Amino acid sequence: MLIPHPLLGLRDAQEFTYLGDAALLDRPDGLAADAEASFADYVYLRNNPAGVHRELWFHEHGDRSWLIVKRNTVTHEILGAELARDVALASRGEAQ
Amino acid sequence: MRFSGFRVLREALTGHGGWRPLWRNCEPQPSYDFVIVGGGGHGLATAYHLAAVFGQSRIAVLEKGWLGSGNIGRNTTIIRSNYLLPGNEPFYEFSMKLWENLEQELNFNAMVSQRGIVNLIHTDGQRDAYRRRGNAMLHAGADAQLLSRDQVRDLAPFLNFDNARFPIKGGLMQRRAGTARHDGVAWGYARAADLLGVDLIQNCEVTGFRIENGKVAGVDTTRGHIGAKKVGVAVAGSSGRVMAMAGMRLPIESHVLQAFVSEGLKPVIPGVITFGAGHFYVSQSDKGGLIFGGDIDGYNSYAQRGNLPVIEDVAEGGMALMPMIGRARLLRAWGGIMDMSMDGSPIIDRTPIEGLYLNAGWCYGGFKATPASGYAFAQLMATGNPHEAAAAYRLDRFTRGYVIDEKGAGATPNLH
Amino acid sequence: MTRLAGGLIDRSQTLDFTFDGKSFKGHPGDTLASALLANGMRLVGRSFKYHRPRGVFAAGSEEPNAMVELRTGAWREPNTRATMVELFDGLEASSQNRLGSLRHDLLAVNDLFAPFFAAGFYYKTFMWPKAFWERLYEPMIRRAAGLGSLSMQPDPDTYDKGFLHCDLLVIGGGAAGLAAALTAARAGASVILADEDFRLGGRLNGESHSLDDMPATGWINSLEAEFASLPNLRIMRRTTVFGAFDHGIYGAVERVSDHLAAPGAGVRQTLWRITARRTVLAAGATERHVPFANNDRPGIMLAGAMRTFANRFASCPADRVAIFTNNDDGHRTALDLSAKGIEIAGVIDTRDGAKVFGSYPLFAGAAVTNARGRLGLKAIDVTVDGRTQTLRCGALGVSGGWNPNVHLASHHRGRPCWDNGLQAFLPGEDLPAGMIVAGAAKGEGTTHSALNSGASAALQALADLGLSASRPRLPQAEDAPTNLKPFWHVAGKGRAWVDFQNDVTVKDIKLAHLENMRPVEHLKRWTTLGMATDQGKTANVTALAVMAELTGKSIAETGTTIFRPPYTGVSLGVLGGGDTGKNFRPSRLTPTHQWASANGAVFTEAGQWMRAQYFPRVGETTWRETVDREVLATRSGVGICDVTTLGKVDVQGTDAAEFLDRIYANKMASLIPGRVRYGLMLREDGFAYDDGTCARLGEDHYVVTTTTAQAGPVYRHMEFARQCLWPELDVQLISTTDAWAQLAVAGPNSRRLLERIVDEFDLSNPAFPFMACAETTVCNGLRARIFRISFSGELAYELAVPARYGNALMERLIEIGADLGATPYGTEALGVMRIEKGHAAGNEINGQTTAQMLGLARMVAKGKDAIGAVMSRREGLAGDSRVLVGLQPVDPAEPVVPGSHLFSPGAAQTTANDLGWVTSACHSPNLRSSIGLGFLAGGGERMGEEIIAANPLQNQSVRLRVVSQHFVDPEGGRLRD
Repeated sequence: MLIPHPLLGLRDAQEFTYLGDAALLDRPDGLAADAEASFADYVYLRNNPAGVHRELWFHEHGDRSWLIVKRNTVTHEILGAELARDVALASRGEAQ
Repeated sequence: MRFSGFRVLREALTGHGGWRPLWRNCEPQPSYDFVIVGGGGHGLATAYHLAAVFGQSRIAVLEKGWLGSGNIGRNTTIIRSNYLLPGNEPFYEFSMKLWENLEQELNFNAMVSQRGIVNLIHTDGQRDAYRRRGNAMLHAGADAQLLSRDQVRDLAPFLNFDNARFPIKGGLMQRRAGTARHDGVAWGYARAADLLGVDLIQNCEVTGFRIENGKVAGVDTTRGHIGAKKVGVAVAGSSGRVMAMAGMRLPIESHVLQAFVSEGLKPVIPGVITFGAGHFYVSQSDKGGLIFGGDIDGYNSYAQRGNLPVIEDVAEGGMALMPMIGRARLLRAWGGIMDMSMDGSPIIDRTPIEGLYLNAGWCYGGFKATPASGYAFAQLMATGNPHEAAAAYRLDRFTRGYVIDEKGAGATPNLH
Repeated sequence: MTRLAGGLIDRSQTLDFTFDGKSFKGHPGDTLASALLANGMRLVGRSFKYHRPRGVFAAGSEEPNAMVELRTGAWREPNTRATMVELFDGLEASSQNRLGSLRHDLLAVNDLFAPFFAAGFYYKTFMWPKAFWERLYEPMIRRAAGLGSLSMQPDPDTYDKGFLHCDLLVIGGGAAGLAAALTAARAGASVILADEDFRLGGRLNGESHSLDDMPATGWINSLEAEFASLPNLRIMRRTTVFGAFDHGIYGAVERVSDHLAAPGAGVRQTLWRITARRTVLAAGATERHVPFANNDRPGIMLAGAMRTFANRFASCPADRVAIFTNNDDGHRTALDLSAKGIEIAGVIDTRDGAKVFGSYPLFAGAAVTNARGRLGLKAIDVTVDGRTQTLRCGALGVSGGWNPNVHLASHHRGRPCWDNGLQAFLPGEDLPAGMIVAGAAKGEGTTHSALNSGASAALQALADLGLSASRPRLPQAEDAPTNLKPFWHVAGKGRAWVDFQNDVTVKDIKLAHLENMRPVEHLKRWTTLGMATDQGKTANVTALAVMAELTGKSIAETGTTIFRPPYTGVSLGVLGGGDTGKNFRPSRLTPTHQWASANGAVFTEAGQWMRAQYFPRVGETTWRETVDREVLATRSGVGICDVTTLGKVDVQGTDAAEFLDRIYANKMASLIPGRVRYGLMLREDGFAYDDGTCARLGEDHYVVTTTTAQAGPVYRHMEFARQCLWPELDVQLISTTDAWAQLAVAGPNSRRLLERIVDEFDLSNPAFPFMACAETTVCNGLRARIFRISFSGELAYELAVPARYGNALMERLIEIGADLGATPYGTEALGVMRIEKGHAAGNEINGQTTAQMLGLARMVAKGKDAIGAVMSRREGLAGDSRVLVGLQPVDPAEPVVPGSHLFSPGAAQTTANDLGWVTSACHSPNLRSSIGLGFLAGGGERMGEEIIAANPLQNQSVRLRVVSQHFVDPEGGRLRD
């Protein structure tokens, strides 16, 4: 597979380490009253779609950036990639 | 019809005209007491045990393709009960005991072959871990043996003992482990279930669940609605997709695992050999093909096909372990979709929806579990009580913190 | 049989070769198959199950029968298709899968018992008595199983891997592929043309018709001349593209030197990973046969192959041949053979009213109903209108039409579609992204249409890429229809083979039908159809046509099985790429490796690292003796150990403290500059992840250490937290594991030793107490970091210098510390001292254990949102009563064995009674007994009790006493000395 790194262009997927669903960006508040329930959901449950999946890849043998790659899990077609940090910052912006 | 050497002889002499279909082609009835979704190994074994052990009737198995088209038809055929944790080892040993009597029970030769499995040891730390595991196996009533380097060498002199990056220092052997003919297992259960009156319905895909007042009432399928008092889902690989139709999210990701077979070669590999340090394991079939595999590709996938890096990685492991296979050829590579669970262990449990049961999360260990999984799932569905060997496989173990994590990899499915 | 005239062989040179020890001659340009045929060798192999005598059946990679063991000794290569072996001088080949000689194979007895070996027979028998499967039946089956045999010696050749990128990959160098490559290369695109053959041209090489009034070879030669002038075109002969993977990546194997007697200094094969923006699949088509009784006799082959052998290789299996066909193409073979002087016994055409194209006997509306001649065809039975006559012939060419080679088009699981007009499966709509199919592979099989289809495909591909190109002038070529009329098999009582190698006959398919194994996948698995080394290239479509006939369904409804890589077998050696032996994985060497090597260290693998395990001295006879000495020398004087492999992460930024407070379970923000703190990281699921030290070098500057094994994962995890969880924090990370050499200097003399190398740095207790850290210089100006931390429990320091000075520093310390007893120690002594001190390591923090179990529950701080804190409080984790304890044998002579399980004395040793296990153990030279650590249920309340360590795996059962895990200096006085 080839991953379109937003800064470095098409890179071989072997340069990356895969983590999983990009929902892992949305870490619950560990000090909230319902933290145990929300963390159980966050840590263990997955949508696991057959179709477009937003997922985390780490450019381990590259620039060490975490990417969010949009990929179809049925066809493996890649629809785009963003820096996870940008996405995380943007979602902070929305939250505020 | 009973299969026997005599029967084969008689048919051979009379032109094979007397054989009968291995199972009927059934039309779906309007309703059943038990509907099993998934005509793979686990689904067929569940239906068989419901009828044969728990005396149930009005049972249907719904299969979206052909019987045995899931992971039972695309695995590396290994059976073993060499687990570490108390949540797992008794279950797999229960399965092993069922394997040992499978053919006589089903009247079908699935070629259960107990030629042994050896996990190679390369470091002192690994030896400690395997010693712990071997003792856990013995304490659970299974067999295990710690082999020295020389004993491994006697067993498999063709391994790389002289020029290895990770020298072989011994092995953990389970003699009763081995292989079984994967398709034969599916067919054996299908035929036996059919003879007990189970309706096997192929080309029948479930498209939705009928749930009324929190209770399951049946399933919608590509062949119409089928009513059911109880529905058991055994569709590993597709569990996420199917259970989403019941509104459930699971502690499971779907991943592709590739496996490989070489061209036929005169048999030289005694049993199953696993090379953990090199992501490689191998056995040789009764036809002569080397059957081998390694790690999952590592990304979520429903594509039933993998990519080149893993093929290279597995071949590298194979060449490092046994450089005498260099001139043999890879004949076929294939990919199966695994239910990779969050702790690497399976789920056999009720769901929050009454009457809906789930058998899922087998990672790449589903084949060896087939008999026990079918038995335990049938018991749960028929009696409401979990089988004691499968009692740990609960859905709520994740929220409550009773995970069964053999590798200690945590909630990262591609590391299990 | 002598050579025919003509052909693309170089008669000026003669090559000697042997087959089954007998000498033969051939010429450059021959394949082993063509040379054997030219020498009159029709019998070349045996089938898998029945050991039927077999001959060459095809001329290409689809060959099911003619498989040999090529070469000898460690170079032996089993299951090698004679049709793909380029002849070289001195070639040695042997037939395989036989007991006795090829002509008198004792296992041919299987054929007599064939009625018992029908499809699926083994599922129905061999079950009684139960124990006989492993003892009798299976060994019997395995003795007969398999085809060729491995040499059992390491593969002596070398292999390589490479990466290629191109605009257009053209797969197949026949008419369509050549036209595609020409079109694209002239337009300036970067083009790769790959073909499995050693000669470009594909089927053109096997045909006699002309292009633009010249022989096809003339046109190919003119193209080759032009190709040579195009630097943007790479021609890869002897290269099989075996798989289509994601995103335009193709796997290909170039057989670099398989056509030579020996690779010499070069590699045998190269694995290419080709990334192509667009691909033209011009893989051609494979002829299919028509099953009839005894259609597997040596001398019976595909008609197109027979034509290729005659035209290209100037060879023919017999002087008098017949043709069996359902289309006009079969007649073309008769004409070409006739032109070469071969006598045509007749053309048997299944079509009523078939036309004759030359002067040969024609049997229209006829069928071949039997073949005679066990070791080589002697005659065939021809039946017309119910009347049968015997026709003498030494070879028979069979043509049942052509199957497009859709394999690569279907590698992404797209299904081919049945075309009723062409009576063939064509590539479906669902192709791998970027692929266009051309030529016979999409049913455009005449030379004219193949050429044009190839050019069109290239034009389309280039247009997709935004490159302009023009259609080249292509030569005039034949464009005759084949007028095929479907005819799938000859009905009759005898066995008619569908899959030759695996011995699957029409009867087996009928049996599968009778037993309801009707879906194609069941058919395949029940009969083993298409599972032989040829992957059913000449069998599958015919088989499912037979099944369609039996079920009354159309072929389209019947469908195909899945096409999977590789297209043809690929050697495991080349897939492994040569990274074998010691090169299997990289070896990371520590900075002091050179010094350790020179000083006799024994090394051990620690992941990719090679670490000094111990340093034996002359006179020491066991490793234990050495390790005991190193431990005692350290605890009484000073020991030095390279601990560089521990991961180091440099953490800087104004929010570094806040960041680390969230990464570690314990509080880190309160750490003051110049101090170090032990830190425990949890995974988000609450289990212990890793431990190490965290040193605050400055207000905004920390250095985190990890364990050796987790250095990579922890860094990745920290980057995840930084980039994905808390991007708003001002913090930067960099892994500096390899940048700093780090030495542990431990023991009561460690301060005195370090004082000799530091540059004006006060190491005294008040100035630099336990858990202090500082940046300074040593050895007259060398940058260094000093940490007063201890894994051994002694007064100890870790000293870090830039990696390149690590070796020199080790040398200096040993040299100037001689009077202080400076002793190098390895990982064994390190392990002994940490067990004596009761520190957890990899065996204790193995991903399955918790802070609670490690006795560190109180470190998990409340009131801050650190990773894993929430989940660590779940009942299953918080309620786990197993805790880390020390274990000592009641009888000091007995061992503590890691991996033993713990039981109460007298309790049955079962899973249900299991109380825990021994994690680590060693011999303690200080306690003069074996000691260990372990997790024990209720361990806190069992201090002083006896417990049984059961190791039934080695028939051991040892009484242990539960003690504190801190065997040495439990109060920690030495640390603070």
